Amino acid sequence: MARKPVAPGHADEPTRNTTFDLAHMSVRDVNRLLHEAEHGDFVIKNPRGLHAIVAGLDGELNVSIDGHVGYYCAGMNKRASVTIGGNAGTGLAENMMSGRVHVKGDASQSAGATGCGGLLIIDGNASARCGISIRGLNIVVKGSVGHMSAFMAQAGTLVVLGDAGDALGDSIYEARLYLRGKVKSLGADCVMKQMHDEHKVSLRQLLDASGIGGTVDVSEFRRYGSARKLYNFHISNLGSY
Amino acid sequence: MCGIVGLFLKHAKLEPELGHLTAAMVSELRDRGPDSAGFAVYGNATPGITKLCAVARQGPVAWPHIADRLSKATNAPVAVAVIDNHALVKTEGDGDAARTWLIDNVPEATVLSHGQSIEIFKGVGDPEAVAKRLDLAGRKGTHAIAHTRMATESAVTLAGSHPFSTGEDTCLVHNGSLANHNRLRDFLRRHGERFQTENDSEVAAAYLTWRRREGDTLEAALEHSLEDLDGFYTFVVGTRDGFAVLRDPIACKPAVMAETADWVAFGTEFRALVPLPGIANARIWEPEPATVYVWNRGS
Repeated sequence: MARKPVAPGHADEPTRNTTFDLAHMSVRDVNRLLHEAEHGDFVIKNPRGLHAIVAGLDGELNVSIDGHVGYYCAGMNKRASVTIGGNAGTGLAENMMSGRVHVKGDASQSAGATGCGGLLIIDGNASARCGISIRGLNIVVKGSVGHMSAFMAQAGTLVVLGDAGDALGDSIYEARLYLRGKVKSLGADCVMKQMHDEHKVSLRQLLDASGIGGTVDVSEFRRYGSARKLYNFHISNLGSY
Repeated sequence: MCGIVGLFLKHAKLEPELGHLTAAMVSELRDRGPDSAGFAVYGNATPGITKLCAVARQGPVAWPHIADRLSKATNAPVAVAVIDNHALVKTEGDGDAARTWLIDNVPEATVLSHGQSIEIFKGVGDPEAVAKRLDLAGRKGTHAIAHTRMATESAVTLAGSHPFSTGEDTCLVHNGSLANHNRLRDFLRRHGERFQTENDSEVAAAYLTWRRREGDTLEAALEHSLEDLDGFYTFVVGTRDGFAVLRDPIACKPAVMAETADWVAFGTEFRALVPLPGIANARIWEPEPATVYVWNRGS
């Protein structure tokens, strides 16, 4: 659907500091208004674990959600900055393209799944399959992640300040994993790698962007990535594709 | 899919509200299981009395007549109350014997539960309508477990609805599917378990009954099930004074828990927990895979 042009000051234009109350509005109506907005600051109240809140945003928006959200919150997010005051259900910021999604609580399974770009910050823990199949998204988890995190991750970064569960990075392609705590087990083809300066620099940038650069030391992290034995792409074959 | 809710009260204050709160939680998850629904409520125990819940498979059942026959066969006083298509039978005799007699002699009904405290009711159709028809909201008690079902492993029937109960005051609800239920059912039959359906979740309930008869605590029985049950599952289990949660090691099936000083609650999704008093300040977490969680009243 084409974005509806809105004249500044128009009565229908969602303006700065607009508050939407999901106790009185449907998710569909709130999402539609946000899809139509080009910019502005918005607050969403009473999310009550509902699904697909602020999915599909594509504007220079700042959205703050007061409470816990259900499945697929901020899915496909592009350009917008979304802050969730509570916990998030399955598939937080799945297929995110750009922008920033910040959860102050925990995230359930498959957070950031297949994300292409942007920054996903999780202040608490993320459960199973965090960052599954990411394709460029950067994820910073201040707590721990569950089993099968970064499964088949292709590009992007998963930073974990806490611990990782079983089978971290199983069948990983070219994503980078930085872990400060312990890993229960590594998945197939995932190996520990040396931290070079370039890795410390990129890790530092992500920690800075997450607001914790000043308190976390990059030398405490270990880097994991693909041993490149499980998939058959070779750069010399690029011309064949 | 499927939706599960469970509410375990830590003290008597909220007991009059148990059914009302559970019904509100079920209502939130009706879209996860539109096929059928059922609930177990624990409470109203009278020493020396075993309650048996049964439901007609089809058509009317002559419950007063059946109660007379059960009384004569077991040589014990029996009373019966008819609630919609269910019967609540109360006997002063042996509960296991009464269950066996009903299964053997009343093929027109399915026995849903037996015990001092447990009552199970279930129905096919929209969960909210089932809960209303069977007056879940009006029920009082110490803990309740409810299920909204989207059938996968067996047909949409009353018999296939959860909760399942094969042992005294014990019930189980299941989100998922078991791969080895046929062989396990045969094994459990050989060890004396009685089955009334072809449902995989009934096998899990019977497995717990068997383990507990072998001397396991609820916690130990669930630990053993991690070794013996193959498949996907999130289980919520009730006993007379206990409440337990277990997810399989892969943890595909969603689960959220919350706890306050007054209650512990389970929901397949967070939105099921929203109606609970004090949820804004509850401790909320996702249960770990392959980890047994048990609460007991008074502990």
